[in-house]
Amino acid sequence: MNAPRELHLGELRFADFTQPMAPAKRDGLIRALGQVVPAKDLLCTDEALKPYECDGLAGYRQMPSVVVLPTQESQVVEILRICHQMDVPVVARGAGTGLSGGATPHRGGVVLSLARLNALISIDPMARTARVQPGVRNAAISEAAAPFGLYYAPDPSSQIACSIGGNVAENSGGVHCLKYGLTVHNVLRVRAVTMEGEIIELGSEALDAPGLDLLSVVIGSEGMLAVATEITVRLIPRPQLARVIMASFDDVEKSGQAVARLIASGIIPAGLEMMDQKMAAAVEQFVHAGYDLQAKAILLCESDGTPEEVEEEIGRMKEVLRSSGATDLKVSESEEQRLRFWSGRKNAFPAAGRVAADYYCMDGTIPRAKLGEMLNRIAEMEARYGLGCLNVFHAGDGNLHPLILFDASKPGEFHRAELFGAEILEACVEYGGTVTGEHGVGLEKINSMCVQFSPQERIAFFAVKRGFDPAGLLNPGKAIPTLSRCAEYGKMHVHRGALKFRDLPRL
Amino acid sequence: MSPATPFDPDWLRQSGEMILQAGRLGQSLTIRGHGSKDFYGGLPAANHPVLTTLPHTGVVDYDPAELVVVARCGTPIQELESVLAKSQQMLAFEPPRFGGRGTVGGMIASGLSGPRRVSAGAAKDFVLGMTLLDAQAQALRFGGTVMKNVAGYDMSRLHTGAMGTLGLIVDISLKVLPVPPAQATLIFEVAAQESITWTNTWAGQPLPIAATCWCDGRLHLRLAGAAAAVRAAREKLGGESMPEPGARDFWARLRDHDHDFFSVNSAEPDHHLWRLSVPSTAPHFDGVTDPQWIEWGGALRWIKTRASAAALRAWASAQGGHATCFRAASDTIRQQGSLTAPDAALMKIHQRLKQELDHQRIFNPDRLYPGL
Repeated sequence: MNAPRELHLGELRFADFTQPMAPAKRDGLIRALGQVVPAKDLLCTDEALKPYECDGLAGYRQMPSVVVLPTQESQVVEILRICHQMDVPVVARGAGTGLSGGATPHRGGVVLSLARLNALISIDPMARTARVQPGVRNAAISEAAAPFGLYYAPDPSSQIACSIGGNVAENSGGVHCLKYGLTVHNVLRVRAVTMEGEIIELGSEALDAPGLDLLSVVIGSEGMLAVATEITVRLIPRPQLARVIMASFDDVEKSGQAVARLIASGIIPAGLEMMDQKMAAAVEQFVHAGYDLQAKAILLCESDGTPEEVEEEIGRMKEVLRSSGATDLKVSESEEQRLRFWSGRKNAFPAAGRVAADYYCMDGTIPRAKLGEMLNRIAEMEARYGLGCLNVFHAGDGNLHPLILFDASKPGEFHRAELFGAEILEACVEYGGTVTGEHGVGLEKINSMCVQFSPQERIAFFAVKRGFDPAGLLNPGKAIPTLSRCAEYGKMHVHRGALKFRDLPRL
Repeated sequence: MSPATPFDPDWLRQSGEMILQAGRLGQSLTIRGHGSKDFYGGLPAANHPVLTTLPHTGVVDYDPAELVVVARCGTPIQELESVLAKSQQMLAFEPPRFGGRGTVGGMIASGLSGPRRVSAGAAKDFVLGMTLLDAQAQALRFGGTVMKNVAGYDMSRLHTGAMGTLGLIVDISLKVLPVPPAQATLIFEVAAQESITWTNTWAGQPLPIAATCWCDGRLHLRLAGAAAAVRAAREKLGGESMPEPGARDFWARLRDHDHDFFSVNSAEPDHHLWRLSVPSTAPHFDGVTDPQWIEWGGALRWIKTRASAAALRAWASAQGGHATCFRAASDTIRQQGSLTAPDAALMKIHQRLKQELDHQRIFNPDRLYPGL
């Protein structure tokens, strides 16, 4: 409430995480945390800390000072209070599957692993809700709800491993979010602990809560505002039937237009995914899904609902796809065949890992109408950077996952891949899209945030950060770049200035 | 798509000057569109200069294939809806148009949603981005016109339902949805408690239920979706079919609070319309004998009563929900706070955010909570 005034138009105060923790301070911290959790839940040796040095973005590594694994909410409260008092940065960690470095530790900081806060507290089939702790796996919720004919809709590709707490931090999506929404649309309530060690209840098990919508602010905040300790998710009835159409196109622009025409015709497919020829070839080797390798682009278009609904909708979808120039249409005739059609899409990342030494996954989002244009632009960049790129898109939401192929053992290739990726993200912003659709900014895309947001906009983000965590100790340095960081990345600013508010008079 | 530029420069300049002047003079502003929701939330101050959004009107971008529309804050909701209707699309959360009025800015600032909220989601679920003027009159843009966007904190949703207390909404981009191909309304004679049980049971099954409303001993059930799905659900559920155009009229009047039940009367100054938002499975509230309407499959209870605020809030909170004095018959209760206040830890964050984003309290003070 009494933030120092001079901070208002200035820099965000983040805790210093550039220095290792002084040995005496570390000893004191370990002693204090040892009063809260048993020794087995407190990791201090290099060997024990090693597995926590990175998340799913393995290119970014940092050894933390300490890892602590609470088993109760009251321990989370105490741990955060201690770290707050001792001015120690903290990063909360779920399953560590994130792709943007959101859970990369801080030098001289604490990793707060929620992996042992993994109880599925209750399922209320009548109210269609599940109350879970943050360490529960995404897929485990749907498994537990299955006997009631219910499931939890958001299905990120990592759903067998990723935790619901991480999903909340990242606002995770999945292949069905065009119809069923993102995490933010499917979480009713989050109970969380602030950096100061206070418990807050955001949202509720009713359909709304009074006051500011802080639930939506915390979801997708990359663990920078509060640490979730309990989550209530919405469950929905499992559709009786799902069928998928696999459509081939001899031209990527045509497949992009088909996506736009499907939506314009009033259809909201349960899933709508696109992959280009090279991606299809890579996955076909890997899973033998029966993809058309002659096609320049393949669309997977799913319908779900009652058998009557699906029949009606598949008919309408086929009509639009055909009139948009599809050269071949296959409709799944059984659940087994549907899963086979999807298996290629779900295995796109591992397949990329087999055709190249390394790959770099991007996550921009653009208006659907620009899909074809974007694919052509990426093809031009491939030639210019001398690197291959496989394209797999959540086409229904305009969310791109270009996989840039490189070999880290060859000098300069990773750097070229990074520049290639940054150029794709800049193109996304230019098309009116965003630098991250679902993977989060983390450490990885922090420079690209300078392209998407003006200093004033970032100052507004800082204000929100201070509203929850005035000390700047919770996951500092992620997601929101400081003004000085963007100044270093400054060559982008002039370029960016031309993109937004073209028609806006300056006040 | 309209050729209009995103901003009306004159209105934007004047609004910016008003904000800067208010800052210099230590004044507050009342942001107002049609004023159709003046009755809701904290009392708008009578003596503050009014910043009107009405000149800033128009749909500036609409591409049906993107399911996205961008509208200026002063655009009447009905004007926006008629633009969408030409492409068989709609605002799926059915925002209320009290007295046939309401602007897009007020729709989002209040965050209110109508009967279809239970199946489609709330106003906040459809907000993709917005442009704001902050307390320094700087234009900020968050989110955009794409469905998925996790870059930075969700500032657009922070402003949705904030009652204009954190900044001036300039324009809004919204997700829109196709109008379902088929609709039907069924009526069942049933007691309140049983209707709550039925609607919760049905909601756990793959049925195309778009909205529910129980009143006067009758449950109204609106089905919407593919023609085949609506037909199958009618056969399965039974009930009596409500003919058109009466059914459409019933739902529209519910949405806009045009039924007599929703009005309050200054001749009965202690008789307020309360909105109880509770988990859908909460039992029927039998603490009062006054008439009640039940929407959202049981999750929304409207009660017109003279029961005390304390009693209503206590019941709602015991269920895991909250109570709002939605339409007060007198001002006293609004000065004390129409909305249920959050607990101390959460209120501290509310106060810090207000302090950070509008420390001079320029924007709509007291409109969300007294003192905020």
